[in-house]
Amino acid sequence: MRLFASPIDFMKYRKLTALVSVVLIVGSVFFLVTRGLNFSLDFTGGTVVEVSYPESISVSDVRDTLAQAGFADAVVQHYGSTQSVLIRLAPQDTQGVAVGQAILSVLKAQNPNVVLMRTDEVGAQIGKEMAEQGALAILIALIGTAIYIAARYEYRFAIGAAVALMHDPLVILGIFAMLQIEFDLPALAAILAIIGYSLNDTIVVFDRIKENFLKMHKNTTEQIVNASLNQTLTRTLMTSFLTLLVVVALLLFGGKSLFGFSLALTIGIIVGTYSSIYIASSLSLALGLSRQDLIRIKEKNPEDDRP
Amino acid sequence: MVPNQYPLWKNSLIILIVILGAIYALPNLFGEDPAIQISAIKGEVNQQTVTQVETVLNNAHIPYQIESENERILVRFDSADNQLTARDLVAKDLGENMVVALNLAPSTPHWLRVLQAKPMKLGLDLRGGVHFLLEIDTASVEARRLDSYLGDLRTRLREQDIRYRGMEINASQQLVIRFDDEATQAAAKTLLNLEFPGLELTAHPSGQIYTLEGGLSELEMRETLNFAVDQTMTTLRNRVNELGVSEALVQRQGANRIVVELPGVQDTAMAKDILDKMATVEFRLVNTDNAVGETLYERNGSPVVLERQIVLTGDSVVGAQSGFDEFGKPAVFIQLDGDARAFSRMTGQNIGRPMATIYIESRFVDKVENGETVRTVEQTKEVVSVATINSALGNRFQITGLASGEESRTLALLLRAGALPAPIDIVEERTVGPSLGIDNIKAGIWSTLAGLSLVLLFMIFYYRTFGVIANIALIINLILIIAILSVLGATLTLPGIAAIVLTLGMAVDANVLIFERIKEEITQGNAPQASIYAGFEKAFVTIIDAQLTTFIAALALFSLGSGPVRGFAVTLIIGLITSVFTAVMVSRMIVNRYYGKRNVDKLSIGI
Repeated sequence: MRLFASPIDFMKYRKLTALVSVVLIVGSVFFLVTRGLNFSLDFTGGTVVEVSYPESISVSDVRDTLAQAGFADAVVQHYGSTQSVLIRLAPQDTQGVAVGQAILSVLKAQNPNVVLMRTDEVGAQIGKEMAEQGALAILIALIGTAIYIAARYEYRFAIGAAVALMHDPLVILGIFAMLQIEFDLPALAAILAIIGYSLNDTIVVFDRIKENFLKMHKNTTEQIVNASLNQTLTRTLMTSFLTLLVVVALLLFGGKSLFGFSLALTIGIIVGTYSSIYIASSLSLALGLSRQDLIRIKEKNPEDDRP
Repeated sequence: MVPNQYPLWKNSLIILIVILGAIYALPNLFGEDPAIQISAIKGEVNQQTVTQVETVLNNAHIPYQIESENERILVRFDSADNQLTARDLVAKDLGENMVVALNLAPSTPHWLRVLQAKPMKLGLDLRGGVHFLLEIDTASVEARRLDSYLGDLRTRLREQDIRYRGMEINASQQLVIRFDDEATQAAAKTLLNLEFPGLELTAHPSGQIYTLEGGLSELEMRETLNFAVDQTMTTLRNRVNELGVSEALVQRQGANRIVVELPGVQDTAMAKDILDKMATVEFRLVNTDNAVGETLYERNGSPVVLERQIVLTGDSVVGAQSGFDEFGKPAVFIQLDGDARAFSRMTGQNIGRPMATIYIESRFVDKVENGETVRTVEQTKEVVSVATINSALGNRFQITGLASGEESRTLALLLRAGALPAPIDIVEERTVGPSLGIDNIKAGIWSTLAGLSLVLLFMIFYYRTFGVIANIALIINLILIIAILSVLGATLTLPGIAAIVLTLGMAVDANVLIFERIKEEITQGNAPQASIYAGFEKAFVTIIDAQLTTFIAALALFSLGSGPVRGFAVTLIIGLITSVFTAVMVSRMIVNRYYGKRNVDKLSIGI
């Protein structure tokens, strides 16, 4: 059972998809600049209290109760169901104040049936450090993998892979910014996982292009890239599909605290599959990848001469 | 003929690894026993304690299993009811010197425990509890250390006849010594640089005044901070142990931060209160004129009426040693922090009056209300000594009138346990309620089951026999990941479960790569055996390439350093390594056993 009866001329749509990519990247940057990311308290600091009630509760009731107790600037919203309520507060000036516990006791006084799900209180400084460390980790992951590609492959491949690599996290962030979905620590972890994952696809294609350059002497570079993409297509789609299956399982069953994580992965896998087909390969092609480049590499690295 | 056959040693090695993996993953299948854990606050638990506990439980006809390890005793029960009854009985019988805490002990069978196999611990997000991130105030650590230098500096300068105008620590925590002329400044600099390598002093001529200014050297600062962090951790550990919270975690994070995790504790305000002033002392005057005031009791039961005002709290005690006074009587020598003027004035006005040292202890108590275990804090106050004030007391003073050397040692210990080397701030605090913990466990189980079964079904549907082989490899992969995490003593968190699920999805990739290669080889007209061989060989380099990049990204993730995310990274890294083993070697072994050494016309790989 082949997924596709006849080979697809991927590179024919090179110009069209280049446009799509530019639109995706520009769009992401646009939303990141105009709307910005909706950072969770992991990065901003502050207080979150999640409580649940045995029956539905109106958000405005909770808001009024809190306002009377002096928490007028608390943001109150339903969380998952009308029985769950999430209360947010900006970071306080004083550190280590038990705001979460204070809020809980106010709510308990109003309705003794309230159940505490969780409280999170993060100091502004800790949040800031976490944001810096997170940005640094993304940078390290990008540079680290780029170095690996550069050392392993020809530089045109490296540029193609690096652009594809930056494309994926950027689009994930762009979508998070556009929809104003909360960006938390697990979502950041997902982005880093995607950086590694998306490169998987790219590398599988590159390995095949390299191999085909040695085998298919009479074909043009474009034909070789096309053939390689077609040969690896089933695998790329199969793996993406299977990973998507488990990620969707996480999205459906993993609970509210894994929502950002699962969503970032879902977007990342879809975008990553596209980017390794189109961005990495077509950019290497556009940069003038030729047989000589790879043959030379091959002579330099005789240990790569495996079947 | 292509040799699709692994040598015997390779097969044996693979099977051995799989068996070991299964053994070490096994403890996770067993549940937990309700248990109580007994540890000592003062003194130690020994065989006598064990006998005492056994007698109590035998008399009450409660079935139990008892084991003692690492200075604590663990008693398992068959039901939560027995556990609670036993806790009350044992606690009453052992008295105040022992902490009896409710615990859930993993019910790993004996033969597995002999092999050091143990289940993964559940993270706070799965079992509920409180997480604190504490920060030690670096500036005050530095100030205290600098302050401790002043005396020595003055003495040495005087001894060497180097005259200085003044010495102080200024508002920006810098040590400043002023001199009249350049020559003395230079002489002092030479001397101090030589004798006090922990200080970094530079000369500042400013107009008519010559000064030496500086602070702690980088090395000294680091050592001082390390010392302060270690000391704080020891104190916190003592306090947390005395709380009787089982499996509490106290761990350093970064230069000046400490993580404290208290599983099962719900009330952060109380926990925080305990962290702040768990075991502490205060000094109060005894009211001898009339019986108005708070009445507390000495250990022997005699009442002491105290005045309301607190003369001194344990927070200002920085050192306490037991010893003997000039008459050979047991005494505790106390050292106070900073400014003792108020204390001095207060004691000066009350010479001849008795002053009591009160030991205040807070501890968690588990109580059963409406069938639920509720944890509350109980505070006990006890007068440990009453001593007469002989003179106005300063920074250093002694408490005498203690019954024995044992008594003075205990008091010194209590005073020290209350002392933290520097103020701590709580910079992060997270609570997970028990119901969210249960929800999260369900979420973890459901997403793993759903993800795994979807992948398994699809693999069989798409790759037929080879799909079954990949599935066996995938399940072995899951077992190996769990085994390694268990052996490493990792804590399972929700992001950790997510990483396992994600790894399962990604691990199939290696098998997909191999199988697609085999299919291609067959399409090109190669014989089945040769196709299998070529498929595995050709896919291998690509598999390694692809795994390495994810590995690099996972390392970056690991460097992020925070608990659950780090758990995610560790799980991802372990999963990458095991998936290469299972997808390449285990599935190859099975393929070899199934197809090797015989003539095959057609492979069941779903072409």
